Amino acid sequence: MNFERPVNEPKRDPGAVAGGSVSRRTFLKVSAVAGGGLLLSFLLPRMIGSRDIAGATTAEQFAPNAFIRMGRDGRVTLIMPYVEMGQGTYTSIPMLIAEELEVDLAQVSLEAAPPDERHYANSIFHIQATGGSTSVRASWEPLRRAGATARIMLLSAAAKTWKVDPSSCRARKGEVIHVPSGRRLAYGALVDRAAKSPMPSHVVLKDPKDFTLIGTSAKRLDSPDKVNGKAQFSIDIKIPGMKIATVAACPVFGGRLVAVDESKAKKIEGVHQVVRLDHAVAVIADHMWAAKQGLAALDIEWDEGLNATLSTSDIVQQLEAALLRPGVIARKDGDVAKVMAGAAQKVEAVYQMPFLAHATMEPVNCTVHVRKDGCDVWVGSQVLARAQAAVAEVTGLPLEKIRVHNQLLGGGFGRRLEVDFITLAAQIAKQVEGPVKVVWTREEDIQHDVYRPYYYDRMAAGLDDKGMPVAWSHRSTGSSVYARWHPPAFKDGLDPDVLEGAAKPPPPYALPHMLMEYVRQEPPGIPTGFWRGVGPTHNVFVVESFIDELATAAKKDPVEYRRALLGPSPRAKAVLDLAAEKAGWGQSLPEGHGRGVSVQFVFGSYVAQIAEVQVAKNGEVRVTRVVCAVDCGVVVNPDTVKAQMEGGIIFGLTAALFSEITFKNGRVEQSNFNDYRIMRINEAPAIEVYLVESAEAPGGIGEPGTSAVAPALTNAIFAATGKRIRKLPVTRVE
Amino acid sequence: MLTLHINGEDYDVNVPEDMPLLWVLRDVLGMTGTKFGCGIAQCGICTVHVDGQPMRSCVLPVGSVRGNKVVTIEAIGRTPIGAKVQKAWLDLEVVQCGYCQPGQIMCAAALLAATPQPDDADINAAMSSAICRCGTYVRIRAAIKQAAQPSS
Repeated sequence: MNFERPVNEPKRDPGAVAGGSVSRRTFLKVSAVAGGGLLLSFLLPRMIGSRDIAGATTAEQFAPNAFIRMGRDGRVTLIMPYVEMGQGTYTSIPMLIAEELEVDLAQVSLEAAPPDERHYANSIFHIQATGGSTSVRASWEPLRRAGATARIMLLSAAAKTWKVDPSSCRARKGEVIHVPSGRRLAYGALVDRAAKSPMPSHVVLKDPKDFTLIGTSAKRLDSPDKVNGKAQFSIDIKIPGMKIATVAACPVFGGRLVAVDESKAKKIEGVHQVVRLDHAVAVIADHMWAAKQGLAALDIEWDEGLNATLSTSDIVQQLEAALLRPGVIARKDGDVAKVMAGAAQKVEAVYQMPFLAHATMEPVNCTVHVRKDGCDVWVGSQVLARAQAAVAEVTGLPLEKIRVHNQLLGGGFGRRLEVDFITLAAQIAKQVEGPVKVVWTREEDIQHDVYRPYYYDRMAAGLDDKGMPVAWSHRSTGSSVYARWHPPAFKDGLDPDVLEGAAKPPPPYALPHMLMEYVRQEPPGIPTGFWRGVGPTHNVFVVESFIDELATAAKKDPVEYRRALLGPSPRAKAVLDLAAEKAGWGQSLPEGHGRGVSVQFVFGSYVAQIAEVQVAKNGEVRVTRVVCAVDCGVVVNPDTVKAQMEGGIIFGLTAALFSEITFKNGRVEQSNFNDYRIMRINEAPAIEVYLVESAEAPGGIGEPGTSAVAPALTNAIFAATGKRIRKLPVTRVE
Repeated sequence: MLTLHINGEDYDVNVPEDMPLLWVLRDVLGMTGTKFGCGIAQCGICTVHVDGQPMRSCVLPVGSVRGNKVVTIEAIGRTPIGAKVQKAWLDLEVVQCGYCQPGQIMCAAALLAATPQPDDADINAAMSSAICRCGTYVRIRAAIKQAAQPSS
């Protein structure tokens, strides 16, 4: 498979020359391509899954947002709306088309979609974004339908050529075969005729049992260049005449630059220029070493502004106070107050989760070349259209003059859903002659991130005389990422991220009397954003910790207790049973060891995890093993699902054990991997992932591994020590 | 003027002697396979071989490798051990985002050159210097063991 570097040619359907027929039912359009070939334009629907934001679409508004092009050489090109950041999308999405179109995966090429909100809006997010474990979920049906439609049209073009009944023909491996005579025609020879054919009125998709590609562990197509140094990330961009810059923003969020003395910096060999911005300074140099030295040599005076004395404890106090206010009701079933009052036993607990940085291995960077008549941007972004708009705003150039060249992402995890660093790079580049690559040091990357919010939650439950929960109350406080990031999604004081795993969808348990409330409390000056696992990393930790506390109060086994409550959710019960069986739940462990469990239904997937820990006498926690059972519906690429669970578990364990961003005097106290620890190979547990076979529509897989693991870990620590962890990170069990 | 021996070729560079090798490779010579991660020898993804030893190029003054043989990810596949490591990485689908993998592969190749049959403790000792944020450690361990097989 080839990867063509994406260069945007906005507002143009790729190669379309003639209008064909539009199917009102499937929102598919077929047309001929200039120079020969077939083009399918189609629409990814706007309402799937739980993140439904937009309304319905009618045929009258038909504006395709995805394209499949087939040339006379038989090659298939998918204009692909999602970006690759390690999650395997560049492999799993083409598999969907190849399956129905009956071509080898190797026959499919990718072209990343240009930035264009109108055409490429992700059907779940409804803005062009890769994130939220949504890519396969959004494209599962429409991509297969597009592939099947093309296959039927090619088949009927062959039947017409041979003047035979289409039902006597079969499509296989990029050819149509006339079964009785054995005659064959390659797709490439049929594309022009197919392009002029009417759309089929009836398209039947394959029965999952007939899949030959979906469900196989097809090799990742992006790997070979990633093991020999050839893969190009945006930090690797080389443009003739390009300078390298590094930047320092005011160490206090919201602060301003007052003055800078550049005399010492300008004497450093290789330093060309010092750029002053309202809130930051950048040094422009021949290479990063000169830029870094230049930055260190600057004498900068900041006006630290309103947040100059802010510390974490101020923020936590505000959240504590907010928790006393009634929240916006996110879900209310039954009569919690009445049932709680009559309960045999009442259990309460408060949980806290810290600010977190993303710390992608590729530090934040962006290369920009501003000219009078246009601008080029080289970046790794999860939100291309926003990147384009951000640069247009800074430069004052019209959108179509901004060309965004998206690159492989050296980790996303939500950091590259933001455009702050792209705006900053454009502001710098505006003052620089020629192209400039702005690279953040790791310290700048950690101290000027957009952080996973601090959450503070209170749980209460009433238990009946058998210890089972009859009333459930959950009040959550923290910032709303959506309210800033996509305001239309924040409605009536709630957003989908706040709800997922706590209210919509709710915990998978039978909880007839439940109340979930949210109190929005924004931390002053601290930007907060999406972080791998988003809302569920928070809700699942709280819910699964609390369920475990209820099991303890009821003096019941945590797995048995959950199982008894999972009547309404057989798929959740099945993953729990599978994980418990594989983990050897109930088998004895040595002193100081313990097992903990978690179950969740978030991102459209069911996951159960069982963690095993060893807690040393000095309190040090070692995770020895994690068993993970997954039901994510139809599995497109099993090896990718396993890899995402393995990686997600390590990512979640890193955060739960070590990670915390704290503030003192308005500054982030952590700066690099020495004080923002990332799990290393010697600390990583053995991980086993088991997949449940399913014909249900696919769920997400990029994030569920992360959200499930923190409570499995802390529940295991409780099993080992009797100490309940209600505040993350664990760091060390006292 | 400084002459560097990198991947079997000589390069003359005009840079300060205290400039870290990482930036000479990336910003002066355009060899961007070696990655920047932290700048303080904490993440290991900038690892190169200097006379066969794994070194963190982000803190290695270029003047100190004058006369030494430097090998980077771009050329490690030319060695039998490097090629085996790369093949194992592909066979076991180790890679996710891929940004740290040049450093992981350089650390693994150095480990296998020094210890052809590493046990888990050897792997921990050699590889704990290299961070992977995607969390590919389970497969890195398995791939090193595969690459250590005599005729894989």
